[in-house]
Amino acid sequence: MLSEESSYGTFSEGDRMEDQEISRRFFLIQSGAGIVSAWLLSHPTEVLAAQEHAHRAAQSAAPVKFEFFTPEQAAEIEAIAAQIIPTDDTPGAREARVIYFIDRALATFAVEERATFVKGLKELPSKVKKQFKTKQRFSDLNSDEQIQLLKAIENSPFFELVRTMTIMGMFANPEYGGNNDQIGWKLIGFEDQFLFKPPFGFYDRVYRAERERGEAV
Amino acid sequence: MMGYEQTKFDATTEIDFVLVGTGAAGGIIAKELSAAGFRVLALEQGPYLKEKDFEHDELKYVRQWAVSNNYKRQPNTFRSAEKEKARLQPAIIYGRMVGGGSVIYSANYWRFHEIDFVERSRLGAIAGTGFADWPITYAELEPYYTKAEWELGISGLAGSSPFDPPRSKPYPLPPLPIKSSGALAELGARKLGWHAFPAPMAILSERYQGRSACFHCGFCQYFGCEARAKSSTLTTVIRDAEKTGRCEIRPNSCVRKVEIDKAGRVTGVIYFDESGREVFQKAKAVVLCANGAETPRLLLLSKSNLFPKGLANSSGKVGKYLMFNGSAIARALFEHPLNEFKSVVVSRVIHDFYESDPRRGFYGGGGIDTRFVSYPINFALQGLPPDAPRWGAEYKRLLKENYTHTLGALSHTTSLPLETNNISLDPDVKDALGLPAVRVTYKDHPDDLRTMKFLQDRSVELLEAAGARNVWARPVIEQTFAFHLLGTCRMGNDPKDSVVNKYHRAHDVPNLFICDGSSLVTSGRGQPTCTIQALAYRASEHIIRMAKSGDIKPSL
Repeated sequence: MLSEESSYGTFSEGDRMEDQEISRRFFLIQSGAGIVSAWLLSHPTEVLAAQEHAHRAAQSAAPVKFEFFTPEQAAEIEAIAAQIIPTDDTPGAREARVIYFIDRALATFAVEERATFVKGLKELPSKVKKQFKTKQRFSDLNSDEQIQLLKAIENSPFFELVRTMTIMGMFANPEYGGNNDQIGWKLIGFEDQFLFKPPFGFYDRVYRAERERGEAV
Repeated sequence: MMGYEQTKFDATTEIDFVLVGTGAAGGIIAKELSAAGFRVLALEQGPYLKEKDFEHDELKYVRQWAVSNNYKRQPNTFRSAEKEKARLQPAIIYGRMVGGGSVIYSANYWRFHEIDFVERSRLGAIAGTGFADWPITYAELEPYYTKAEWELGISGLAGSSPFDPPRSKPYPLPPLPIKSSGALAELGARKLGWHAFPAPMAILSERYQGRSACFHCGFCQYFGCEARAKSSTLTTVIRDAEKTGRCEIRPNSCVRKVEIDKAGRVTGVIYFDESGREVFQKAKAVVLCANGAETPRLLLLSKSNLFPKGLANSSGKVGKYLMFNGSAIARALFEHPLNEFKSVVVSRVIHDFYESDPRRGFYGGGGIDTRFVSYPINFALQGLPPDAPRWGAEYKRLLKENYTHTLGALSHTTSLPLETNNISLDPDVKDALGLPAVRVTYKDHPDDLRTMKFLQDRSVELLEAAGARNVWARPVIEQTFAFHLLGTCRMGNDPKDSVVNKYHRAHDVPNLFICDGSSLVTSGRGQPTCTIQALAYRASEHIIRMAKSGDIKPSL
C-alpha cells in the first residue's frame, strides 16, 4: 500500500501522557456525562462551542520560554519558517507560532532531530556571509535575499527538516504549541469538528438536488 | 464505563484456548469460543484503549504510531531480494492494540468474489509463482460473510454492483451518505460506461445494536472511533466475549514462544507480561491471530527439536507467499469544494476491472475507489501536484486553494504469491524485548506492477471524465510498505504447500489453529478485512465442532 503514507517522528512516554491528559479533558468537555453519541446528535452547537473552548484552554496565552533554542537561534529558524509559509493577506508560520511548536518538539518527541538543527544553524552564518558579504544572520537579510539563500540550500537535510517541522507546526493540533488560533486549519479550510451533516461539498449537494428533482440517471 | 465486569482469570484457572492477538480475526474467535462455553484467554501485545482514549490528533496517530507498531520498539527490516542485506526501514504497519487493525482501518468492507477462490484453475498456472486455488469456495464462505456483516454492522447496498457475488441476505444497514468524491465517481463512471456503487463500509449509517450512527467527523483511517460507529472488534464482539464471563482480554502481553510437548502437541505459550516478566500460560489449544507478519514470526521463533525450521513449518511455507496487495493513486483537483475531510474515507467503488482479462496481456485485476486522501500535515507535505513549489508564497496559495478541492482515486489490486516474498527473522536487529525483528523481503511481480499501472490509468480516465481541472499520478514503483499482510501461513489441502488445512488447523500440530491475514491463499483485490472476518467466523465454527467432539486432544 501507499509508500508515501509512511510515517515520521517519535514520541516519548512523558509526552504521550501529557497529550492524553489534554485529550481527556477535551473529551470530557465534549462528551458531557459520557453518553457521547446521543448527546452530540442532540447538541451540535454546544459541541462546537465546547470544542472551541477546549482548544483555547489547552493553549497558553503568553509566549513560553524556549526550551531548546537560544533566542538568536529561534529568530533564525522562525525567519526560515516565515519564508516557507509566509505572511501575506493571511497569517503565516510566524503568526501560527510555529517556532514554539518546533522548540517543544526538539525538547520532547523530536530529540533525535536536534543534531540536524544544531549543524544547520552552525553553518548558516557562513552561508549568509558568503552570499551577502556584510551580513551574518539570516534574519537580518531582506525577504528577497532570504529567498535567494533558501533556494541555494533547499535540497539540504537541514532545510528539508525545517520545512517538515514548519508544516507540522502549522497544521498539527494547537495543543502542541503551533497552529495558533487554528491559523493553519483556517488557511486551508480544514475543520476539526465532531459532527458534520451532509451535504459535505458542492458535488454531493448537486447530486442530492438532482435526485430530489428526479433528474438522476 | 464498560457497563459490565471484565473477566480476570487467576493463575490456577484452567484455560481451554489461548488466543494470540485480538484484531479483526482474534476478536471474533474470542467471542465465538467463549459464547460456546469455552474459557478463552486472549493475549494482546498492545494496550487496551477505550473510546474515551481516542483523539483527533494527526501528529500523534498518523505520524507517531500511537496505536500502531512503533518502529523504535517493534522495528522491522526490509530488502527487495534474499541476496541483499535487509536494512532498518518501516515496511509494515498494523494496529497494535486490543481490536488491532479493525480499530484504525478505513473500514472498506468488500467481499471477495467467486473468482478469487478458484482463479488458478480458471486461468492456469503462472510460472515462478505459488498461484493456487483455495481449499474452500466462495459458496462455502458466503454464510460467514453474511454473519460477519450482520454481527458487526456493515452499511451497503446489495445488488448495486453488477459484479457482486451472490449473497444470501442484504446488508443490515443502508449505505452511508454520498460524498462529493462519490458523486464524481458516479458521474465519471456513467460517461465511461462503468459502474460506481455505494461502498460497503464497516461503519454504521444508522443506529445498530445500541451503537451510534456515524456523525461524519472524518477521523477514520489511523484513528479509533469515539462514537462506536466504526464496527471494530473492540467495540463489538470483544465486549460480547467479555460479557460471557469466560473470556479475558489480557493487554500488554507479548507472546514469544508457543510451547510443545514431546508428542508435538501445544502445551501453552510463553509471554512477557506488562511488567516484562516471562509467564508460561498453559492451554488445551492455541489459536494464532496475530496478523500476517507477527503470526509467522511467532512460529519461526518457536523452534524446537521436533520443529527445527519453526513450529508447524514442515512445509517450509511459514512466512512465505507474503502479499501486500497492489495500490496506486491518481489525484485530482476540482473547481468546486469537495471537503473530503468530512465523513468516511470512501463512498463509491468501481469493480469493472476486478477480474483478470487475458487480453490485457498480464495477470491481475482490481477495484477503484474515490476518496479523502490527506489530513492537513500530510497534505502540506505531499498533497500538491508534483510541479507545485514546495515552499513560499505560491506554495501557500496552492495549499489554500487545493485542500478542500482535492481527492484521490485509489486502486486496490492483486498480488501474486511468491515464495521469495516473505517474513523471516532478522539475524541482527532485535526488538525492545530482545527478540529478532521481523524481516520483510518483498518485490512486486512484474504483473502486479502492470496491474497497478493499468488501474491507475483507469483512475486517471475516471477523474478526467468527471471533469477534473488537473489530474496527476506518480509513476508506479515497487512497493516497500504495506498495510495488508497476507498469505504467510496459507490454507491448503496439501501439507507440503500450505501451513493450515481448510479448517485453519495446522497440518503439523493438531491443537494449533491459525486464522488471520496469513490464512489467505490469494490476495483478493485489496480490502481483505471482510474476508479475514468471514474466515474467523467459519474457523470458530469448526474449532468449536472439533473441541465439542473431543477431536482436539490437548497435551497431557
